Amino acid sequence: MEEIIRVDNLSFGYPDGQQALTDVNLTIYQGETVALIGPNGAGKSTLLLHLNGILHSNGAVKVFGRPVDDKNLRWVRSKVGLVFQNPDDQLFSPTVFDDVAFGPINLGYSEAKVPELVTRALDWVGMAGYERRSPHHLSLGEKKRIAIATVLSMNPEILVIDEPTSNLDPGSKWSLIELLRGLAITKIIASHDLELVQALCHRAIVLDRGVIIADGATSHILADMPLLMAHGLAHAKAS
Amino acid sequence: MKHSFLDQYSDRDSIIHRLDPRTKLITTLFFILAVVLTPPNRWPAFALYFFLVATLILFSKVPALYVLKRALVIMPFVVMLAIFIPFFKEGEVAGSYNIWLWQISVTYSGLQVFWNILAKAWLSILSLILLISTTKFSNLLKGLEKIRLPRVMVMLLSFMYRYLFVLVDEVMRMRQARDSRNFGGGRLWQLRTIGNMIGTLFIRSYERGERVYAAMVARGFNGQTRTLESLNFRQRDILFGISLGLVLILATVVNLLY
Repeated sequence: MEEIIRVDNLSFGYPDGQQALTDVNLTIYQGETVALIGPNGAGKSTLLLHLNGILHSNGAVKVFGRPVDDKNLRWVRSKVGLVFQNPDDQLFSPTVFDDVAFGPINLGYSEAKVPELVTRALDWVGMAGYERRSPHHLSLGEKKRIAIATVLSMNPEILVIDEPTSNLDPGSKWSLIELLRGLAITKIIASHDLELVQALCHRAIVLDRGVIIADGATSHILADMPLLMAHGLAHAKAS
Repeated sequence: MKHSFLDQYSDRDSIIHRLDPRTKLITTLFFILAVVLTPPNRWPAFALYFFLVATLILFSKVPALYVLKRALVIMPFVVMLAIFIPFFKEGEVAGSYNIWLWQISVTYSGLQVFWNILAKAWLSILSLILLISTTKFSNLLKGLEKIRLPRVMVMLLSFMYRYLFVLVDEVMRMRQARDSRNFGGGRLWQLRTIGNMIGTLFIRSYERGERVYAAMVARGFNGQTRTLESLNFRQRDILFGISLGLVLILATVVNLLY
């Protein structure tokens, strides 16, 4: 299997002195769907921000064997599509079309190619025909889908999503899970929605206080009650 | 939460709606210029301007009452700015009052300037409301971009449009949270709460800005703004010429009338 992302001994502290990640090692292979689970404040989002170079890591992160550094940033961002948790942050344009086209335009696709990419990406997330709508008028479920489309339009090799199902009602949540299942692309999903993890991911990584606690098959990790309880992913009474 | 939008009625269909946003932008700009540059004593010219806007509003099928109401919202600010002019302008005195130690006099020319400022402001506001309610905001931005307003400014406007209501929602939620825990307290206490809310809102907006920027960077943004449409010099020039011609014709008509 081809290696897509490799993280070697990544440590990161925020300027205010808070240590967010300590000695993180992980490898993501082509075609995998990996869950990154952990309690609030575990460092999940910080780790995701490193994967496409929003936060810098001095070569600790490699994408297809190339280090993520200033020279490679543009290329890395076209390969690693990062979807943020809050679609109101992700969707900042006056129309859906402008938002989905933002990535391809920045990557320098031709004028004829951009609308084609936008239409295809919206089609993939089941939002065809929403081009002229304003993001402000959409429901949260629709916004989440379009946020995913804004990244898919760049033809990434790997989709990195932060909390895709947060705040969604069960109906919207499951239709989003079905949507993600249908996307034939390598995925990293940060979440503490264990239903989603069970439904989608064959591999799960547990992160707590910036340290990787466990990394293995989802069925194995979700069955390990003491582990889940120790890291805020299950309540004692649930067992 | 639902709000009434800035560009209400912009999704209707009329002759005015179907115009290219650039045409509307430039003609509006020149209309305002013409209004502002007309000397104060030429009332027939102002009547003509009013007739022009009124006709266009009629054609646009935007409810006249809505336009008038919107215009009324802005007028108090103009009145505030202009209210002192009648007292300071030199000229023939229309009335003089003694208030304690001061003698205050109002001049005819001052009053004329005052009314004139109100009229000019009102006409300009009417034309702007017409522009906004017949053009979708996204099209307006595209138009501004195409007439070469710097991209940074277009982006600023687009962010404002996008996040205005997100922020309003946030304020409303904060107010609800405050009111649900508000058990009276002195005026000073209330003021302090409002101060805290403003501070919190500022920090939240700042942090949202950082997150939005991260989302832009994640999609390949590197400080350079790009757009799909390349500029079309010929069209731009033609539009410019037509608009300029329009103003010149207007000015001539006004002079003939006078």
